[in-house]
Amino acid sequence: MPMPYYVSPEQMMQDKAEYAKKGIAKGRSIIAIEYVSGILLVAENPSASLYKISEIYDSIAFAGAGKYSEFENLRKAGIRHADLKGFMYSREDVTARSLANGYSQSLGTIFSQELKPLEVEILVVQVGHNGQPNEMYRISFDGSIIDERTFAVIGGKSEAVQALLKEKGLTQPPELQAALTVCQTSLEQIGNQKLSLESLEVAILDRTRGDGRKFRRLSPADTKQLLSS
Amino acid sequence: MRGAGAINLPQATTVLAIKYQQGVVIAGDRRATEGFQIAERRIEKVFKIDEYSAMAIAGAAGPCIEMAKLFQVELEHYEKLEGVQLSCEGKANKLGQMVKANLPMVFQGLVVMPLYVGYDLKRAEGRIFKYDLAGGRYEESDYHAIGSGGKDARNTMREHFLKGLGEPDALKLALLALYNAADDDVGTGGPDLVRGIYPIAKIVNSTGITDISDQQIRGIYDGLIATRRS
Repeated sequence: MPMPYYVSPEQMMQDKAEYAKKGIAKGRSIIAIEYVSGILLVAENPSASLYKISEIYDSIAFAGAGKYSEFENLRKAGIRHADLKGFMYSREDVTARSLANGYSQSLGTIFSQELKPLEVEILVVQVGHNGQPNEMYRISFDGSIIDERTFAVIGGKSEAVQALLKEKGLTQPPELQAALTVCQTSLEQIGNQKLSLESLEVAILDRTRGDGRKFRRLSPADTKQLLSS
Repeated sequence: MRGAGAINLPQATTVLAIKYQQGVVIAGDRRATEGFQIAERRIEKVFKIDEYSAMAIAGAAGPCIEMAKLFQVELEHYEKLEGVQLSCEGKANKLGQMVKANLPMVFQGLVVMPLYVGYDLKRAEGRIFKYDLAGGRYEESDYHAIGSGGKDARNTMREHFLKGLGEPDALKLALLALYNAADDDVGTGGPDLVRGIYPIAKIVNSTGITDISDQQIRGIYDGLIATRRS
């Protein structure tokens, strides 16, 4: 009987991490950035119907990079978690922090116990109102969770985009129009190509929106109007 | 609407809906009763469900409000998961299933009877749906009212309804029907001029759902009462 090969745990984790990173880096980047009255999310996405950015709850949005089927499942689980919690308790008890913790738990468990880790990186952002600060959580394939300020980038060449955004030295949250321009030019610079508005998926969490739900998708027509005004 | 533990089935309430040229008006009185006592003077029986639909309820208050809340969550949940809203018909069917699921509770005396209105974006018209206790769903072409004062309200609407009413006329008719229902039905509350409590009315059309302000409703009732005063 052939003996099974011995693989050290370190080696196994390293292999898994490399595998996941490779899958995530293949895709394109998504940026979340704070602007004056909320959070702007911009994804490079050639499809007009398969979304990478989504509404989760009143003031919480989700973005996923990597394998579509995998982050789509995470997105649905997040919506289920949020709606159930909001119905059982109260709408204000649904928070990005608890959601991000849940994601971190499941991604961490899958990374250490399953043969194949999830090839995803996700963002959970919440716009603060009544003087509360915004919250942005970046969660990696291994369940590690990073609390981001001002902006966050996932997927593709995320580190390069992050460095580029850092260079811009944003101290105050810009206006929406300026924030969108910053995102567009950063993605163009890293990808080394011109990006049309049709190839961008844009959404905002707007704290000035009256009713409970702050999430709004901006169509190419909306963004065009915004940039030309 | 009556509190839990009711023995008889009639639901002390009047809620109604009227189609007009651009959409639907939905309105309801504010009274909740427990037997011969008034349990609540300012209860709301008309709920915004989503951007393009609303429901009004007659029956036991607790389960009624819970069904409205659950229905809101169900529709929002679907919209977020699928990225698009359910069709108007789809929403009406979903509510029918929820009414059917409540059937065992009806035998315990906890009746929930909804009246559902929505603006159908594909057909570009307002629609009204009524239900029976077994979950049967029926579409009304012009107007409908349910609750203990429903018949009185329907009588008023039958006399004054015209196809293609304008928005102010439809609103006026809705409030008149509620007034007449409150006149003849002890379970239905009229405008309470002393406390300043007025029926709730909402309008659903292509621009979404709009609450009619208390002030506007008060203005209409002031005119109505002035013509009736002898």
